[in-house]
Formats: sequence, C-alpha cells, structure tokens
Amino acid sequence: MQVIPWRNKAPNVHPIERAVSVVTGGMLFINGIRNGGFIRMAAGAAILGRGLTGRCHMYRLLGIHTAPSDSTLPYELGVKARAAVTVGHPRHEIYEFWRQFENLPRFMRHLVSVDQTDTTHSHWVAEGPGGHTYEWDAEIINEIPDQLIGWKSLPGSQIASAGSVRFTEAPGDRGTEIRVELQYNPPAGIVGAWASRLFGREPEQEISADLKRLKQFFETGEVATTAGQSNGVTPLCVAAGRTGYNTMPSLDEVLP
Amino acid sequence: MKAACWYGSGDIRVETVPDPQILNPQDAIIKVTLTAICGSDLHIYNGFIPGMERGDILGHEFMGEVVEVGPKVQKLKKGDRVVVPFTISCGKCFFCKAGQWSLCDNTNPNAELLEKLYGSSGGALFGYSHLYGGYAGGQAEYVRVPFADVGPIVIESDLTDEQVLFLSDIFPTGYMAAENCNIKPGDTVAIWGCGPVGQFAIRSAYMLGASRVIAIDTYPDRLRMAHDMGKAETLDYASVSVLEELKDLTGGRGPDACIDAVGLEAHGGFEYAYDRAKQALMLETDRPGVLRRAIMACRKGGTVSIPGVYGGFIDKMPMGAAFAKGLTFKMGQTHMHNYLRPLLDRIESREIDPSFVISHRTTLAEASSHYAMFNSREGCTKVVMRPS
Ligand SMILES: NC(=O)c1ccc[n+]([C@@H]2O[C@H](COP(=O)([O-])OP(=O)(O)OC[C@H]3O[C@@H](n4cnc5c(N)ncnc54)[C@H](O)[C@@H]3O)[C@@H](O)[C@H]2O)c1
Ligand SMILES: [Zn+2]
Ligand SMILES: [Zn+2]
Repeated sequence: MQVIPWRNKAPNVHPIERAVSVVTGGMLFINGIRNGGFIRMAAGAAILGRGLTGRCHMYRLLGIHTAPSDSTLPYELGVKARAAVTVGHPRHEIYEFWRQFENLPRFMRHLVSVDQTDTTHSHWVAEGPGGHTYEWDAEIINEIPDQLIGWKSLPGSQIASAGSVRFTEAPGDRGTEIRVELQYNPPAGIVGAWASRLFGREPEQEISADLKRLKQFFETGEVATTAGQSNGVTPLCVAAGRTGYNTMPSLDEVLP
Repeated sequence: MKAACWYGSGDIRVETVPDPQILNPQDAIIKVTLTAICGSDLHIYNGFIPGMERGDILGHEFMGEVVEVGPKVQKLKKGDRVVVPFTISCGKCFFCKAGQWSLCDNTNPNAELLEKLYGSSGGALFGYSHLYGGYAGGQAEYVRVPFADVGPIVIESDLTDEQVLFLSDIFPTGYMAAENCNIKPGDTVAIWGCGPVGQFAIRSAYMLGASRVIAIDTYPDRLRMAHDMGKAETLDYASVSVLEELKDLTGGRGPDACIDAVGLEAHGGFEYAYDRAKQALMLETDRPGVLRRAIMACRKGGTVSIPGVYGGFIDKMPMGAAFAKGLTFKMGQTHMHNYLRPLLDRIESREIDPSFVISHRTTLAEASSHYAMFNSREGCTKVVMRPS
C-alpha cells in the first residue's frame, strides 16, 4: 500500500507572531483559569498551541501563510485535515462497520444521514454552522477491503470534498490504527462565518473527536456524554436558551 | 435535588437543580448518603483549576445507595451500598487493562480539549472541570455514575459510612503515593503536607514497610495527628529549616523517598512571594515550592512521589539536581480501581479506621461555610457532609 506522507505540518506562522501567541495565549489561558472562563481558557489554549507548534489551522483554512518563504510548502487552498485513533478491536470488524456508511452518523457529530445508493455511491447530509444543512453525493474511487476507502464528491455537490480512511494493524495487541484525511472547499459564505469565529473548533479537532467517539463505541459499547445532566443555572446556559438543565453550551453556541 | 455548585473563586452555593438521569446504558444513579470536601476541591475553590463553568456541581468523594441502574448494568443492583472511586474508568481500554485506570481513554467526552493542553487526555473525574469531562459531582443528593459495573465497590459489612467513605479518594491516593516510593526495609520517607492525603500517605508508608516517616506541615492539629495517629516524626516548616533537619535526621543521606502531598498551592519558602507574584501576573500557574524542596532533599537515586495536583506551568524546577542525583519521579491521578478491594480488606480487618481524619461533620446545606473553613485549615482536617 502506498504511504502518502502528510506535507502540511510545516510552520505557517512567523516566529515573532509565534512568540506573541505563546505570551498572549498563556495569559488568556491563565486568566481563564483564575476567573473560571471556560471559553477564555479554551481560546487561550488554542493561541498557546498555535505559538508552540507554529501552525495555525485558521490560517491554513483561509490559505494564509505568514512564515518565511524558505519552506517548500506550496500555497494551499481549501481545508485539509487529518486525525488518527487506535481502537482495540480487529481491523476487519472496524472496516466492516465503517463500510456501512449508514453507521457513520452514530459517532460523527455533524453528519445527519448517509444513504448508500449503490455499492460505490452514497448521499450525505451534514449540519454546518448556524444549523444549515449541506448535501453532497460521493463516489468511492479506491477501495482495498480491510485497508482503505477513498472517496470524492461528485459534481453538483454543495461541498466539494475528497478523503480517505486507512485501517492498519497496530503493533502488539493494540488493535487497529485508523487514519482519516479530508480535504474540502467550504461552500461560499461559510469561510466568512468561520473566520469571525476565530476560536471555534477546527476541522482536525472535530475529526479527532469523531474518531474518539467511534473508539468509545467499539471499546465500551457507549459514547461518553454529559449532555442532559443537571447543573446550577448559569448565565451562559440562559443565553443559550437553557435553564438549569443540561451540560454547558458548546463553544459554537456562545461565540458570535 | 440540592447540590453544591461552583460560581467562581470562593463562591459555592447550594442550589436546587434537576435530579440526575440515566444517560447511558451502563450508568447508575446513586442516592448519596455521605460526601466529603477534598483538598483537590480547594484548588477549584481558589480558582486554580481550568475549565470550570458557573453552576458546575462539585464533589468527587461520595458514597451511597444505588437507586436506579441502566439497562446494561449487570452486577450492581438497586439497593446496593457502594463507595464510588473519583476517577471514571471504562474497564476495557488499553490503559484500564494495564491497571492505569485514571488514564482511561474512553470516559472524557471533552478529551480533545485536554489533548490540546497536555498532548493527550486521561480519564474523566467527577465534579472536576469540563477538561476532565464535566461530569456532575457528588456533593449532591443524587449523582449519576457511568460504568457502574467498573467503578463502585459494594460494601457488605456493617462498617459505618465514615469508615469506608475515604476509599473514594484519599486513602487510595495516600496509599499509591507510598507504593510509588518503592519502599525497602530501612527506608526513610519524608512527606510534605499533613492534610488528609498526607495522613494516609504516612499510614500507608508504614504499612508498606518504611522504617521512618517524617511529616512536614505547619498547622499544629495536623502535625499532632501525624504524630499521634500516624506515628510520624514531624517538622514545622515555618519554624525550622526543613532541608537541614532532613539531612541531619537521615545522617547526611537525605530521605530515600519524598512525597509531595501539597501540590500547586504550596505555602512558605523564600521564593513564595516570587511564585505568588508570578501567579498574579499570570506568568506561572502553579506554585511548586514543595516540589523544589522534595527534589533538593531526596537522596541520590531516590524517588519523588507526587500525589499533589499540578495543573499548568511551573518555574525554576531544579532539574539539574534531579538529573545529577538520578531521581525517579512518580505522579498522577490515583489508579483507584487497583486499591478498592485491598484497602477495604485492611479496613475490614481493623488494621486501619480511616475516619480518624474527620474533624467536622455537617450537612450539605452548610457546604459554603465549610469550604471556607477547610480552606483556612485552622482546626479543620476533613469535612464530611450528609445530604440531608
Ligand atoms: N493524585 C490524586 O489523585 C489526588 C487525589 C486527592 C488529592 N490530591 C491532591 O493532594 C494534595 C493534598 O490533598 P489534601 O486533601 O491533603 O489537601 P490539604 O489542602 O488539606 O492539605 C495540604 C497541606 O499541605 C500543607 N502545606 C502547604 N504548604 C506546605 C509546605 N511548604 N510544606 C509542607 N506542607 C505544606 C498545608 O498546610 C496543608 O495542611 C492536593 O494537591 C490534592 O489536590 C491528589
Ligand atoms: Zn479528592
Ligand atoms: Zn478505560
């Protein structure tokens, strides 16, 4: 099987900007800690991470590149994201589960439904920012049973996308490594919405969270949650239209 | 139901909130009969734990009666009397199977957030911030307990609630802190902090064969408890030079193992003002005064065991000393599930009665004033609360 190296890990944030990120991110983070601001803290963590790694997902998302141009990276447009997880189950089992695309919305938070129309074609519906739904048709362009599924969207889709999922055996008794790579061009209008939400979740974090839910589902038979539990009334909950029930609102709900 | 909710630094309110419900098939609902305030709760109370939200229900040391179980709970039954460990573990993942229960892969629904801060996320904890899962805690009349067949231990004997409650955290935590010291006959163990965790570390160090235990704090009642109940030699860090005394007491060698049972809010020391100022300026999150001293005191080739909690960044770590002396560091949230049965056996055989640490008994309604009292540490070593 061909191994495609990920080429997009080089820093895209200028060193001075990185230093500023470490300091402001650190301060926002600690300030968030001291004053109980979960949102502030999460935002601080994001900026801090950007400073420490020299990679800004937001910039990548927008195709902005401020690092010195000695890097060999081509100017990239569109969103690219990848994530990996190790699940303590046999490869065949996980592949079979995944290959039934109808299963995917059970752990992928933003998917509403997937319908397989024939062995290589499927129709996908996802919910994006602001509750909008987006639909696309996908075609499997590459498949090696138990190892790889690659797909791309068909012309006329609301989101142009391509991606792959690979399944490899983990060393020892550790089960199966799952690697997802995704590329897509957000539909017009969405970039703007995401740009104003500088601290919202990044696509990579989203995929990583989805994969963790798959792992939980396989290994424990349920997906960890606190949604629906009780807590004291909070201004954030009230602002999000909740009164005393439920877990805290998500970042998406409270950021403008 | 009534529950103790966090509304900011120093602001705990007992509120009426909806009763918890079964949310997952392996959940159980416990009617709490006794709950305690932990030194870890004080880090939240003082605003040092990231990821809290106003309204969060606190508490991770609790026990009670099972009143409802989810459809996939097989062992636990309605009516069972249980103590619940403060770490939530699935029992199925790589880490749970390796006995590293508190590092569980599958219980933190917000794992990506902690991953961002720490590189990867451990298991979830009850009532300990959204970074650790955001699960509502047990300083309440009822609490939802996930993976009910994995965590809770059923108490069948006629031991009182007060005798078994501390299996939920501080007894196993003190015990693991001592176990991490890899104690050999003849060993001297120095323990910073004579709070509840320190007290159980003292008792456990002797159980595991230490020849001498030296305990360090400044509050007279805590030092007295360490001396009278724990049979430890004690040092008051406010009136003696701890490093010099330890050198002297160990014939110039230094303790074979040092336990930091204080964590990120250490007091005293010449650099205390420096760390306080850096915390205030948001340039450092944790005050590592005790950790620094434990490293300096420890003998060559010894072990520094850290049950005390750290959350972020520390400064001026004497890494050179740690390296030059070839020290071993052991730390982390307690792998609770390894200790429940063995330590319950020790309680049942009357080898130890953990209720000795309790100084205050009250009701949940009084949570706010008792948080303040425990935080002052004046004449208060451990608070237990009945929900009604
Ligand atoms: N690792 C775990 O799983 C775990 C579990 C429970 C508690 N903890 C942590 O263990 C620590 C102790 O918990 P506790 O309930 O005993 O708390 P506590 O706050 O009651 O006790 C801390 C003690 O440390 C003393 N102290 C402060 N500065 C000192 C210094 N410079 N030298 C010596 N002593 C000093 C204080 O006077 C106090 O008596 C806390 O950090 C807590 O968060 C960790
Ligand atoms: Zn505790
Ligand atoms: Zn686990």
